[in-house]
Amino acid sequence: MLNLGLDILGLARFQFGMTTVFHFFFVPFSIGLAFVVAVMETMYAIKGDEDYKKMAQFWGKMFLYSFAVGVVTGIIQEFQFGMNWSEYSRFMGDIFGAPLAIEALAAFFLESTFIGMWMFTWGRFNKWVHTLFIWLVMFGSSLSALWILAANSFMQNPLGYIINQKTGHVQMVSFGKVVGNPQLWNEFPHVIFGAFVTAAFVIAGCCAWRLLKKDHVDFYRKSLNVALVIGLIFSLGSIATGDLQSRYLINNQPMKFAAMEGLYKNSTNKGEWAAVSGFNTKQHKTTWSVDVPYVLNLLSYHKTTGTVKGMNQVNKDMHAKYDKKFGSDMNYYVPTKTLFWSFRIMSGAGALFALLAIVGLIFNRKRSQLIMKQRWFLYIMGLCLWLPFVVNTAGWFITEFGRYPWIVYGLLTIADAVSPNVSVASLLTTNIVYFAMFAIMGLVMIILCHRTLKAGPDAENTDGYSAGDTKELDPYSKGAFNHD
Amino acid sequence: MTSLQLVWFILIGVLFSGFFFLEGFDFGVGMLVKSFAKNSDERDVVIKTIGPHWDGNEVWLITAGGAMFASFPMWYATLFSGFYLILFLILAALIFRGVSFEFRANMKTDTWRSFWEWASTIGSFCAAFLFGMLFTAMIAGMPIDKNGDMTAHFGDYVNLFSLVGGVAVTVLSLVHGLNFIRLKTSGGLRDRALAWNKILYPVLFAGEVLFAVLLFFSTDFFAKKPMTTTAIVVALVIFTALAYWGVLGNHEWLSFVGSGLSLISVVVLIFNGLFPRVMIANNPANSLLIKNSSNSPYTLHLMTILTFSILPIVLIYFIWSYWVFYKRLASPKQSA
Ligand code: HDD
Ligand code: HEM
Ligand code: HEM
Repeated sequence: MLNLGLDILGLARFQFGMTTVFHFFFVPFSIGLAFVVAVMETMYAIKGDEDYKKMAQFWGKMFLYSFAVGVVTGIIQEFQFGMNWSEYSRFMGDIFGAPLAIEALAAFFLESTFIGMWMFTWGRFNKWVHTLFIWLVMFGSSLSALWILAANSFMQNPLGYIINQKTGHVQMVSFGKVVGNPQLWNEFPHVIFGAFVTAAFVIAGCCAWRLLKKDHVDFYRKSLNVALVIGLIFSLGSIATGDLQSRYLINNQPMKFAAMEGLYKNSTNKGEWAAVSGFNTKQHKTTWSVDVPYVLNLLSYHKTTGTVKGMNQVNKDMHAKYDKKFGSDMNYYVPTKTLFWSFRIMSGAGALFALLAIVGLIFNRKRSQLIMKQRWFLYIMGLCLWLPFVVNTAGWFITEFGRYPWIVYGLLTIADAVSPNVSVASLLTTNIVYFAMFAIMGLVMIILCHRTLKAGPDAENTDGYSAGDTKELDPYSKGAFNHD
Repeated sequence: MTSLQLVWFILIGVLFSGFFFLEGFDFGVGMLVKSFAKNSDERDVVIKTIGPHWDGNEVWLITAGGAMFASFPMWYATLFSGFYLILFLILAALIFRGVSFEFRANMKTDTWRSFWEWASTIGSFCAAFLFGMLFTAMIAGMPIDKNGDMTAHFGDYVNLFSLVGGVAVTVLSLVHGLNFIRLKTSGGLRDRALAWNKILYPVLFAGEVLFAVLLFFSTDFFAKKPMTTTAIVVALVIFTALAYWGVLGNHEWLSFVGSGLSLISVVVLIFNGLFPRVMIANNPANSLLIKNSSNSPYTLHLMTILTFSILPIVLIYFIWSYWVFYKRLASPKQSA
């Protein structure tokens, strides 16, 4: 299980989890918002309807907040590999360095440059050109996700490498295989769709709260519509791609899959699926469960027959396979409860999102007033604003805890990857300070979004810094210059 | 050492040069938010000079770090785990200054605006200073063991030489930032930047001379490469002198390019002195060398192709974005 003892390994792991989860609150939010805003601005470009422009600018503000935090927390991510995981960096440098560098070159430059262009040039360019800027930002951030996930996929499923006999480190032999890793092409669409879902339901939630207050009803209803259409399409998309991923795991990481489904023993041909259950993780036993027949097989193989290996069996297989190299003391069981419940949260939420989107779209039809009358629905929608963040974290919990005890699957254990020369005191200090900084940033972020919502879409943009429309305030608009 | 390894050593130097050239003025401008700009309107203008650019500039650092990981992972691992606390403080500084611009603009009360203005000022000062300190300490040589793990103590990286290095980089960034402000603003701010630089340049000269003297005693640069090291130090001083001349004669572009080239000379000085090593150990047998710290030829080859095809495109739109925001900003009326 998660080791929170005050040793280097435990602290480094805690730090990785904390910083990455925090980074990943903002990453999907930014990617998703860039997409939603791009869609809104495109509708403006096509229809010329000023409402859509207002929408793009209004939600664009949140995008900018989120982007700023995403960027600064991202730098921690990059440095962290060298700082806390130097052995990992030495071992993986040949594979991991490449995607990371390409990410910076091909993706970060693109997004950071064009986000500046987009922010500061409202009204200066033709509206199609200006719309192109936000699409380029969106393209850049998706590309950055692709490269970082390529690195992550190698850790889950190493391909296209050999072990260098002299150094014992991995060495790339086929870039094509590293990038063509099927794990990556299962993971990437799921992550991107998840990002779109995140932004869509945060926006929908914000709209719901404002509608409860009967504030700017037309504006928020229109925004809600855009958000829900996107939300519906991509929650269905996440379900479909999530299904692909779980079926991919059956063969590739059977331990992860068995833990997600809470199976200690091999399943029978009846395919009993535990909707909920209790575990005794010490004795590797299921204590109680509520089973539904056939569902496991439907989920795993899309048919009613077949069996799935349980963790006890997989554990034996793993020992047979790896004992020669890693010794027989290895513990191959993964944190079962975490995986089991994370999976239920995620898939449950996926279904809930799709349902909410459908109901919402029906209530919010053009000439219907239902949405204003069904206040219970707006309350649910408003509360679900927080759910996507939980769901994204749950998904990563499955992916990352399910990789235990490996950091690079089958090749390097987590314990062997940590920096040997960093002290407990340093790690403890950095953990505490990061935590405090994240708390501040998270709080400010929430306050800003809240304030932006309260001020509403017609608020005058006093800062002149965010995506304000008003030409007079734009520091780079024609009138503002002083040619000497 | 293969030619690809050499190419990547140089390329990392180029990326760090780009970073110091760009983020140099960016740090400088950040430092000026509080004391130089006198009121909120002036601060708006000062921040707007870098508003559209600071993130792109920071990507040079991210790229340099990524490129180091992609070409010399042993260097990356040793450097980053060894300078743990300095890098942590740099991160904290970069984080606070990074969010400060966006957060400040959206604060309602003066107290909170002021908080984020301080975050920008202190963050920028610390980041520049710590980078200077880190690189100075790095070239002085560090305790590194056979595995490449560095176990430096406080005194190893905080000493007279590294402090002077830190201050030198800070002042260089500050004058570079002022030169940038001179290019980007007009009226009161532009005049004030000139006045400040007239005072700061003599300080900078003194710092550079002190740095050169300490470089002689604290590193093996002059002993190992007397000609090139001397030439680069002289170039550094000449560029600074040119910039100062630009300040005195009111040639804005000359002073900006001069201060930028001074920063680049510092990077060149470091990389020239490092060669053929990447990390200098107190015990020379443990120094990391270019030839044994790099990735496989396959990866280097791949990265070379990718970099030389992507980087030109990046440079085109990067420069274009500066061109789009080329014009001067007006100073607020009351300060004109
Ligand atoms: C809002 C976002 C969201 C939603 C609605 C879903 N997921 Fe998900 N899921 C993620 C966001 C996410 C994620 C955070 O983005 C993960 C983490 C790693 C990854 O590839 O995506 C993830 C991982 C992940 C994994 C682990 C992959 C691995 O370890 O290789 C599985 C098996 C699923 N998901 C399956 C599903 C299913 C069956 C869903 C719906 C019924 C579902 N996900 C909805
Ligand atoms: C390319 C992307 C990623 C890489 C290379 C990566 C790598 C790592 C590493 C090195 C660790 C520490 C060792 C370990 O405990 O296994 C770790 C743990 C962890 N990661 Fe990831 N990770 C990535 C993406 C993510 C994302 C996006 C999230 C979530 C938002 C995440 C969540 C976690 C968590 C929660 C842990 C803690 C697990 C533990 O304590 O054992 N990871 N990951
Ligand atoms: C754990 C490994 C990770 C590392 C080393 C890392 C590195 C970084 C860095 C250095 C930045 C700042 C870029 C800038 O200044 O513009 C950043 C931001 C970003 N990262 Fe990460 N990241 C990690 C995890 C992830 C994951 C898993 C994703 C996506 C699935 C992701 C997507 C992004 C995006 C889209 C941004 C842009 C900022 C934003 O939109 O909020 N990162 N990351």
